[in-house]
Amino acid sequence: MEYFIKTSWWKWLALGLLVYTVIGGFLFDVPRLPILNETVRVLHFHVPMWFGMILLFIGAAIFSVRYLLTQDLKYDLYSKELIETGFFLGILGLATGMLWANFTWGEPWSNDPKQNSTAIGMLLYFAYMILRGSITDDHQRGRIAAVYNILAFFMLIALLFIIPRMTDSLHPGNGGNPGFNVYDLDSDLRMVFYPAILGWTLLGLWIATIKVRISKLNLL
Amino acid sequence: MSRIIQWTLLIFTMMSGNQSFAQDVEMADGFRGDGKIYVVVAVVLLILIGLFAYLVFLDRRLKKLESERNGGEE
Repeated sequence: MEYFIKTSWWKWLALGLLVYTVIGGFLFDVPRLPILNETVRVLHFHVPMWFGMILLFIGAAIFSVRYLLTQDLKYDLYSKELIETGFFLGILGLATGMLWANFTWGEPWSNDPKQNSTAIGMLLYFAYMILRGSITDDHQRGRIAAVYNILAFFMLIALLFIIPRMTDSLHPGNGGNPGFNVYDLDSDLRMVFYPAILGWTLLGLWIATIKVRISKLNLL
Repeated sequence: MSRIIQWTLLIFTMMSGNQSFAQDVEMADGFRGDGKIYVVVAVVLLILIGLFAYLVFLDRRLKKLESERNGGEE
């Protein structure tokens, strides 16, 4: 995190990747699929919100472990800001997903296992923010928040990647539903999708570093 | 052995079926043909670049505050 606060080359990388995502995402050829039609392009904008959220949450979980090892309050702060930014990306992911689902699955919320478990996961992290905000002692807050965050992270992994795969799901890649690698034989989507993940994640990271710096200014 | 052949045949027919089917799927070809997709790309790019410019502006302002704070301490 210190590295990302000090350097800024990756901010320009984020801009470049996202400009590429917009141009490639709208102009490149995509697989011609029924029902999805042109909306398959939403892949480059909806799914990276979730990848960005998960990656920021992974960072937050690592900082929580480091807080418990070192008792250094800055790690608690990093965790908190990464979770808040990740949560924001998650809300965008949920909103864009509902919009997309309205046109492809027929309704914004079809009680799809992945939708439901994502909602539970978001509530878990919402609870983190409430829990952390309700404790006034710095070190007690740091310890409880860190332990809870580690628990929440493993719950989220189970909720997002294990449970939806055990039942039928409308989401691709779950419950016997093929992922996009089946349709995307020419890797048309991959060429934009992977850079898009990195670009959106770096944008989230940028916002998180700004939040950390503001909090640090307030603490001093 | 015959099972494997059956499966490969099935997969091949599915794949070829998919391919002929894929061409019939309605996409926004006319919209693209008119070149109007470039308007969409331009609008989204403008918003994206605007957002980044704003973030750069915030970043610089924060840097100034930080250096002021650090200068006061030393």
